[in-house]
Amino acid sequence: MRLADQLRFNWQVFSGHPLRTALLLLAVAIGVAAVIMLTSLGEGARRYIDAEFSSLGNRLIVVFPGRNETTGGAPPVYGNTARDLTLEDARALGRIPSIRGYAPIIAGTTPVSRGSRSREVITLGTNAGFFDVRQVTASQGRVFPARAETDALAICVLGDKLKQELFGNDWAVGEWVRIGDRRMRVIGVLEDKGESFGMDMSDIVLIPVKTAEQIFNTPGLFRVILELGEGADQDLAIERIYQVIRDRHEGEDDVTVVTQDSILAAFNNILTVLTLAIAAIGAISLVVAGILVMNISLISVSQRRGEIGLLKAIGASRRQVRELFLGESMLLMVLGIVLGAVFAYGVVYVVRGLYPAFPLMPPWWAVPSAALTALSAGLLFSWLPARRASNLDPVLAMRGIAE
Amino acid sequence: MIEMREVNKTYLMGGQPLQALKDLDLNVGPGEYLSVMGPSGSGKSTLLNMIGLLDRPDSGSYRLNDEPTEALSEEARAALRRDNIGFIFQAFHLVGRLSAFENVELPMVLAGVAPAERKRAVNGVLDQVGLLSRSHHRPNQLSGGQLQRVAIARAIVMKPRILLADEPTGNLDQQSGRDIVEVLENLNQEGITLIVVTHDMAMGKRARRRGQMVDGAIVSDDLQSSGAAHAPG
Repeated sequence: MRLADQLRFNWQVFSGHPLRTALLLLAVAIGVAAVIMLTSLGEGARRYIDAEFSSLGNRLIVVFPGRNETTGGAPPVYGNTARDLTLEDARALGRIPSIRGYAPIIAGTTPVSRGSRSREVITLGTNAGFFDVRQVTASQGRVFPARAETDALAICVLGDKLKQELFGNDWAVGEWVRIGDRRMRVIGVLEDKGESFGMDMSDIVLIPVKTAEQIFNTPGLFRVILELGEGADQDLAIERIYQVIRDRHEGEDDVTVVTQDSILAAFNNILTVLTLAIAAIGAISLVVAGILVMNISLISVSQRRGEIGLLKAIGASRRQVRELFLGESMLLMVLGIVLGAVFAYGVVYVVRGLYPAFPLMPPWWAVPSAALTALSAGLLFSWLPARRASNLDPVLAMRGIAE
Repeated sequence: MIEMREVNKTYLMGGQPLQALKDLDLNVGPGEYLSVMGPSGSGKSTLLNMIGLLDRPDSGSYRLNDEPTEALSEEARAALRRDNIGFIFQAFHLVGRLSAFENVELPMVLAGVAPAERKRAVNGVLDQVGLLSRSHHRPNQLSGGQLQRVAIARAIVMKPRILLADEPTGNLDQQSGRDIVEVLENLNQEGITLIVVTHDMAMGKRARRRGQMVDGAIVSDDLQSSGAAHAPG
């Protein structure tokens, strides 16, 4: 029997039972759509994390004080070491040829006030390099001068939200604010870049690192962010970082170096496992659809005994009868897969339009794996009905007698 | 062409054995027109199913076109049936969702014949049974006589050498029955071996060779009693 003829025959069966066919298609399509949409969530989360890392700037290396070796996951908040990571250390690291820029960070929380308005915000002490390394610019005023690294200047750059809270629509640049117990002049306002890794960059205040040392009364840095130069070898750069630290820390490389790649890889691993897990949950609905197909096929075989007997009487072999019934299930599955995939992509498209910040997107393997699961379930669960049909005695079948 | 020797077939009916065919011998040559009559339960339909390779004998031998059929696989029997034998049933057994044309082309579809060739052959046989103008009608749009003509067209579309008809006029009015008999006899005139199982004495008597079955055996056979050859025409 030619494939085109078999497909036509199967289609004629479907069109003879439109409601039954529609319900079966719906069951399969829902299963396929569930797999695609659920995996879209996982893949979307992965892409979101990727985008967040990209917003950090290209190829960053973060150096923490303390020797807790970390190759991924959340970085240690405070290093556990007897030796501080100092501003001099940061400068030495910045002199490594493969490092394009560096930003020493001292972090703390301080009240920032103007007049009667006051707000407790994250305060970062850093240098002019921070703006290049983190790829942030000032939407009003300017960023830190080079002297911000060496002098305890009484200047600050406000996050966009903080500026709104303190100044409303008034012009902030050139005005004074109180940070902790010091008065500082606002020299710039950061452009609004939203949240980055849980830190709302619009609700912070940046002050010179030397000023931060005095405010927080610490010579130790919270961390140093380094930016790799174009084409620089990351592994060699890390080796050089440890070497510089050993030279400066009496032979001890008592820092932890975390690369952007290692954090990203850890997140990717977690999210891939998560995506696979939710794909498996979605696949359960496909198995349920397969069982439904089996039930309906068994009923169909029972209802079409006369037809099966006739087909055998006019020359259909067992194999042909089996293939006709298997073909019905497979065609049903293929149509369900197409419908489910179209529906799922439609939903993804709409959701992406509504929430552009979350890059919802099915992973490349979502459709193939959903299709493979659906076809496998279809083949597995239609085998029994197809076998039953092919083994029917034609004489008894035409008389409508059950064997 | 058809050679049966000491064929036996027993069914279990409600746990009790029922011998449908009993040491049955039958020879049918090419182009013969044989009617098999007998009371209900005498084994007529079982004989027809046996000849049509729809059933296997418990014992005895059956050679079709000089080929022993007992050891053939199901696949081989299906192919032999498709290429050599056409069936006509009392209940027509047309597929309700298919048009007359599609019902008639089914054997050719199963045989994998190309669409163009199918179209030519199906239109030819529908024309032969006088239903070419109804080729796109569904079974529920046709009369009983027309349904049986479609079934005949389906039975002959593969140009079988043997046509087996099980009560072909049983569900038809007298006029339609006469028309169908005429169509079948015309096919026999063209050389097809025609074996008809019927209760209808009038129809049975039209055959050149008549057999009577009782309790699974042929108790009278014109050919065997006269020994005469029965050529077509």
